[in-house]
Amino acid sequence: MKLNLKIWRQSGPNDKGYFDMHSVEANEHMSFLEMLDVLNEQLISEKKDPIAFAHDCREGICGTCNLVIDGRPHGPQKGTTTCQLHMRQYKDDDTIVIEPFRATAFPIIKDLVVDRSSLDGVIQAGGYISVNTGQAVDANAIPVEQEVAADAFDSATCIGCGACIAACPNGSAMLFTSAKVSHLGKLPQGKVEHKKRVQNMVAQMDKEGFGLCSNVGACEAECPKEISLDNIAFMNRAFIGSVLTTED
Amino acid sequence: MSWLITFFRSSIGRKLIMSLTGIFLITFLIVHLIGNLQLLYNDGGEAFNTYAYFMTNNPLIKTISYGLYFFIVVHAIQGILLAIYNRKAKGSKYAVNTHENASWASKNMALLGILVFAFLMLHMGDFWWKMKQNQLDMVTYASFDAPVKDLFTRVSIAFQELWIVVTYIIGLLALMFHLLHGFDSAFQTLGIRHKKYTPLISLVGKAYSFLVPIGFAIIPLYIYFGK
Repeated sequence: MKLNLKIWRQSGPNDKGYFDMHSVEANEHMSFLEMLDVLNEQLISEKKDPIAFAHDCREGICGTCNLVIDGRPHGPQKGTTTCQLHMRQYKDDDTIVIEPFRATAFPIIKDLVVDRSSLDGVIQAGGYISVNTGQAVDANAIPVEQEVAADAFDSATCIGCGACIAACPNGSAMLFTSAKVSHLGKLPQGKVEHKKRVQNMVAQMDKEGFGLCSNVGACEAECPKEISLDNIAFMNRAFIGSVLTTED
Repeated sequence: MSWLITFFRSSIGRKLIMSLTGIFLITFLIVHLIGNLQLLYNDGGEAFNTYAYFMTNNPLIKTISYGLYFFIVVHAIQGILLAIYNRKAKGSKYAVNTHENASWASKNMALLGILVFAFLMLHMGDFWWKMKQNQLDMVTYASFDAPVKDLFTRVSIAFQELWIVVTYIIGLLALMFHLLHGFDSAFQTLGIRHKKYTPLISLVGKAYSFLVPIGFAIIPLYIYFGK
């Protein structure tokens, strides 16, 4: 199958970007990233600059691949990452528009690669539990109800790819931040620091320059791990409650 | 008290302001509608004009009305500020924009809000301002001991004009779309989301968003076509 690709090219963070047209011969068994690999080999053999795009595990669990395909982060397939999108979704002679994730907090490094260290900032502000070093605690020492564990796990499946921010018309990181706040805040190990965590993480999220949530819901619709808006409501509740009930 | 300032300057705090003022304005709409439906009585305006007299002279209602003006201004200004902030946080836009992942209204709340506000200015300029400036004729009713301002006649004259009726319909359509997203959104911002109650809130929100603007639209349409 022959595909026409309209791809965003940008040499560096401060350079002006533009769309470039490419055409590539692919087959339906290829993943989207493999199709781009073929294009890049083609570009290299033509002595041209290959397209920079981020990828790592290629099995949908690391959250590194990040493309906006025809206006949708991770492409048209629901609940999957870009690497899990296969060319069988497309027809011969289709035109595909590929853009980088767009948000002020995600500056472009090159072509389709963006700097997502703003997400690291949010995690560092509270996306952890404090445990004294020493012998690992027995897995079942703290009993956790099955429903609670399952609920927390749903939030924990966030891979931090940033598709929620890319999909959000406000560039808001509420779904990402709330997934971590819910994951840890629902478990007994995380409850200890919950109130402090939610305030710190929200403050850091604001500082990183993410926009404000207006409950559009595009984040939930595009999330490859289908993280629910329930998490955002949980964080809203937790934040308001925490500010009103803590002493500092 | 610095914690309060920090709170209301945080992203969630700023959203909370939108949510709470929004809920207040939503509540106002139903009260306003029920009162104004008295315009449909064919009694020469007695019911409506004496109601308007009560609403503008009762000290409690007057106090609430100042709160209402304040909340409208806060909701509007904060909304515009948030829209500007969010536009900056998004930076550049995509070449391809999909509407598959969210409703049109949710992505255009600022535009809808500006339309509603513009409509509100026209609406208040025509009725509220003229009433406050004593530009209305006085009328006396046998059953009421004081002379009252004849807002009923002013409304009846205004709604004879086709352009005013059309403007009201457009303003109310903008309000409908604004409510369709705003109603549910206000509860989500407060963190009120529950498997049992959220579908209920959503249903009530949908019904409210359609019925309240339709209720308001009946008044100009009834006066324009009925007389």
